Amino acid sequence: MKPRLIVSRQMPGPVAVRIRADFDCPWPEGRDMDSEEVLRELAATRADALLLSSHLKLGADVIARLPDHVRIAATCSVGFEHIDVAAAKARGLPVTNTPDVLTDCTADLAMLLILGTCRRAHEYDAIMRAGWRRGYGLGEMLGVQVTGKRLGIAGMGRIGQAVARRARGFSMRILYSNPRPVAAEDAQGATYFADLNEMLPHCDILTLHARGGPTTASLMNETTFALLPKGAVFVNASRGSLVDEDALIAALQSGHLFAAGLDVYRNEPAFDLRFAALPNTFLIPHMGSATIETRTAMGMRALDNIVAVLAGRPPIDPLWT
Amino acid sequence: MSKPVLLVTRRLPPAVEVRAAAAFDARLNPEDTPRSGADILRLAQGADAVLCCPAEKLDAATIGALPATVKALGTFSVGFDHIDIAACRMRNLPVVNTPDVLSVATAECCMLLILAACRRAGEGERMVRAGKWTGWTPTQLLGTQVSGRRLGIFGLGRIGRELARMARAFGMSVHYRDVQRLPAELEAGAIWHEDDESFLAASEIISLNAPGSGATRAWLNAERIEKLPPGAVVVNAARGTLVDDDALIAALESGRLAFAGLDVYAGEPALSPGYLALENVVLLPHLGSATVETRDAMGHIVLDGIEAILAGREPPNLVR
Repeated sequence: MKPRLIVSRQMPGPVAVRIRADFDCPWPEGRDMDSEEVLRELAATRADALLLSSHLKLGADVIARLPDHVRIAATCSVGFEHIDVAAAKARGLPVTNTPDVLTDCTADLAMLLILGTCRRAHEYDAIMRAGWRRGYGLGEMLGVQVTGKRLGIAGMGRIGQAVARRARGFSMRILYSNPRPVAAEDAQGATYFADLNEMLPHCDILTLHARGGPTTASLMNETTFALLPKGAVFVNASRGSLVDEDALIAALQSGHLFAAGLDVYRNEPAFDLRFAALPNTFLIPHMGSATIETRTAMGMRALDNIVAVLAGRPPIDPLWT
Repeated sequence: MSKPVLLVTRRLPPAVEVRAAAAFDARLNPEDTPRSGADILRLAQGADAVLCCPAEKLDAATIGALPATVKALGTFSVGFDHIDIAACRMRNLPVVNTPDVLSVATAECCMLLILAACRRAGEGERMVRAGKWTGWTPTQLLGTQVSGRRLGIFGLGRIGRELARMARAFGMSVHYRDVQRLPAELEAGAIWHEDDESFLAASEIISLNAPGSGATRAWLNAERIEKLPPGAVVVNAARGTLVDDDALIAALESGRLAFAGLDVYAGEPALSPGYLALENVVLLPHLGSATVETRDAMGHIVLDGIEAILAGREPPNLVR
């Protein structure tokens, strides 16, 4: 008999194919459900496992109400702010995420933000969509060259290191701040700063790859933005909570920053519309892991975790041990 | 001794104008008014040198009618299709251009087009800016991965080689097609293809980096598009004339090609209206070299060349 699974979110095609083949699931392609519906479906189908993503808040209250036959909850995301891990641990419920598989994809996107922001992709696209019809003068609409610039990376984890590898292809000098220096083979000659504030004055371009949470909340604020050199470029493809958005908007309006590229926002999708009114922003809707290849890999990884736990093995990516 | 007189046909980046005004008795164009051939002939009276731009057409008649005082012609561009070089040779007028210095900026533009097209940045940008973003879903705006893909470069010249270096940092494998195979140190591991067939079949993402005249005119046509893998991605920051627009638009409409990124167009600044109706293209207004750093460098190298000619030396950027 196949294990019974509830999928609380639409999944990419190849993931649905595997769910249909290997699980007993009423909606193998996934269906967007809220927590009440999820609890109801889990009970009605006597489900063994729950596959969710970051839209479903798995707080202590929901975890307490999960039926006993549910033996694992796997989120198809790296972030797990939506899961009360302590409550899951107290109950002995394995919960898992999908790290690693989106490193390259997110690093590609950070590099896209850097290039698109420095080279004014939004303004150029707007010119084209309005029909163009006029050549530009040799000193007009100029962007900032990326090649050879100093790139500051705040947070040198897997994604930060992958961004550094790509940036080296543009002969960039890499600086990074991190709680601890990374191993020499991972740093590849990048200059370490224990203190972000010490690094900021040396960054032509700054990209954030730090964790979310209370210790990094508003890491970039009025004071820290002011430490960047005038004309610096700022990009964020990690967590919206890292940025004081009032301070960022002020720095973009005053011209202290040349431009900013954002994939994440404090409030998503109801982001601060003042960003949309600024010409010197490059804005995309949280697409860091949005490739068919990566989303499929994430879904497969979540299923691998489910299969392991249901077979009595330890989870591959446990959120508690 | 008085300074030589330099006619500058268009407004230049500030740092370049500062230098031109210091080294020459410079006739600048602060209003950036477009100049006709007749304007140039009038303004060049008594000038020692002319610095022109690709927007001006310097045909044989204009070159022949330039005042005898003009001893050097510079163009603020790599290309010199707008200048009748044979007429310059007849008149014994040396021409300098701006080679090399814009390779990096243009290669950056190619990499931007690759990433933006594959990751659907144009669609995402328009959705966010219009306030139409309703939230994250696992299947929203899924693009295709750039890292680790096979990149085909059509024309492995200076720009193509800079692009190859950038692409390798994304773990891409680089394939190329050129008139002949390059020496190993220039190839740097890129895989040469002797014919279009195998090159196109290998190119999951293809970047055009060749000149757009003669044999390569409309090179990317319906027949060659058919030889690309299904769902391939096309970028062009070289010359609009390399592409058969109707064929490319049809392939993007049908889904035969997944995405395209374009900085150049046949007939620009007018372009095939078909492109504007497509969501799966990223369009830039021919600003491949439009960085402050590159435009300054272009200005300096062309002024270097003009100064060298007037001083009786042969500059390295002399057009032959």
